[in-house]
Amino acid sequence: MNRHRIRRSLGRAGLYASVILLVSPAVLFFLWMLSLSLKNELDNTAYPPVFIPHPPTLANFVDVFAKNDFLTYTINSVIVSFSATGLALLFGVPAGYGIAKAKATKAAALILIARVTPGLSYLIPLFLMFQWLGMIGTLAPLVITHLVITVPIVVWIMIGFFEGLPGELEEAALVDGATIWQAFLHVAMPLARPGIMVAMILAFIFSWNNFIFGVVLAGRTTRTLPVAVYNVLTFEQISWGPLAAAALVVTAPVLLLTLLMQKEIVAGLTAGGVKGG
Amino acid sequence: MSSTTATTLLRPDAARGHAYARRYWAFAAPAAAIVFIVILFPWIFTLFMSLHDWKVTGATPFVGLANYAKMLQDERFQWAIVRTIWFTAATVIAPVLLGVWAAVCFASQFKFRGLARTLFVLPMMATPVAIALVWTMMFHPQLGVLNYLLTSVGLPPSSWVYDSSTVIPTLVMVETWQWTPLVMLIVLGGIASLPQEPYEAAVLDGASAWQMFRHITLPLAWPFIMVAAVIRLIDALKTFDTIYVITLGGPGTSSETLNILLYQTAFAYYDLGYGSAIVVVFFLLILLISLLLLRVRQREAWR
Repeated sequence: MNRHRIRRSLGRAGLYASVILLVSPAVLFFLWMLSLSLKNELDNTAYPPVFIPHPPTLANFVDVFAKNDFLTYTINSVIVSFSATGLALLFGVPAGYGIAKAKATKAAALILIARVTPGLSYLIPLFLMFQWLGMIGTLAPLVITHLVITVPIVVWIMIGFFEGLPGELEEAALVDGATIWQAFLHVAMPLARPGIMVAMILAFIFSWNNFIFGVVLAGRTTRTLPVAVYNVLTFEQISWGPLAAAALVVTAPVLLLTLLMQKEIVAGLTAGGVKGG
Repeated sequence: MSSTTATTLLRPDAARGHAYARRYWAFAAPAAAIVFIVILFPWIFTLFMSLHDWKVTGATPFVGLANYAKMLQDERFQWAIVRTIWFTAATVIAPVLLGVWAAVCFASQFKFRGLARTLFVLPMMATPVAIALVWTMMFHPQLGVLNYLLTSVGLPPSSWVYDSSTVIPTLVMVETWQWTPLVMLIVLGGIASLPQEPYEAAVLDGASAWQMFRHITLPLAWPFIMVAAVIRLIDALKTFDTIYVITLGGPGTSSETLNILLYQTAFAYYDLGYGSAIVVVFFLLILLISLLLLRVRQREAWR
């Protein structure tokens, strides 16, 4: 009995050690990012490195917004990601419903193709098309290309969700004389609200994080935040404090969303293995 | 109630299945249109462009398969393929091994499990560009925190991304750090759905934790591990942000993968025809590997 108990507590210790070992690279990385953004330039280039900012300063964050047009880029990012997510929900939720109801597994496989293809492979023709249409320099090309990320995520998650819903309620509505549109709008949609939430969060995050479309299609005034933060690196004197602060500004909304909505996010990612771009 | 409605009610699928299936397509039509415009049209057009000598300005003469023939001579392209394969193999194997380990850990009950799991998932949710910038600062040979940590435990400093012999392993480390969580989540979802009976029986038989993992969890969760590996493989082939931001394919071309070469060809040298031909080959490569792995997975299911 005693030996059994020793083995058990050894197992527990191993488990905790494993978890600490697995989680610490993530935690230490983000702490170091925070530390860089809160230190002055002298401490950031000190060797050996200064780990805890003393005293912490917000000057780097002020710098980011004062020296660059980060406000514009933030607005651009918000417009692009919200539009791309909104449009994807508008088109993707009914599509997920239709595919689930018609049991169209082939259509579902087609959606997977969008997940498999590298983002760069659509960009050459789309770049030319936007040029011919005179759309370069507006936010429209970014919104349109971000649909490549958001629509498949929404459709994929919604297929799974609608398949899991019991069909009896809609069938009852159909028997009572409702059209399939009414059954969808008034019966299936309200039931699917948690699924729509998951799809919305993930579509938004992966649109927000996207870099590759912006780097090709954005002009000086239409940069999204990831492109803007990359340009801070290339065109400014490299200074670590403002750079880390800019990086933190870009990724903070996503990190906060992940921490607040962790249950929905884990559910969505587990189901679909989704990732943008 | 007429007799037709009665039969419809009795056999809903047979009577209206067909008509309804067609009507449900209307739901998918707008999304299908979008997919056509932003995905299918570009593919067809890319195929067309790959047969032309297409620069951004000037005439675009038809050159047949010349762009494809050029690849056979282009050593830079061939090295990019070799590098892509080696980078991809490493960024699949490491995250899958670590991800399975993490999934097994997170499948057990312990204090703060939810918090630990969320923290573990953060790297894959964070903006890749932002992450890559911070890694770049950490890799700095003189002032970077990583070399400080190495030397303070008595190890020699590394040149990280600043030397052609260490650049790919370093990028593999960043990708592993970032994408192990995705593998963990998929495998964890699989483990959570496994039946409990085999474990209960094994505990009664006095099996060790390793024996239970080796003989119950691993075989039962294997399909999920394969799915995670395929997804990771596709993502690894497509890796762009990390390499672009940290090294831009350098030093020299020593970390230039196919996707980076594609970007340079099309959007730095504006050789859109050759770039399109690379896209076609790249896409066929991805499709081939995906299908191959799906077949492997099906065969696994037969055992």
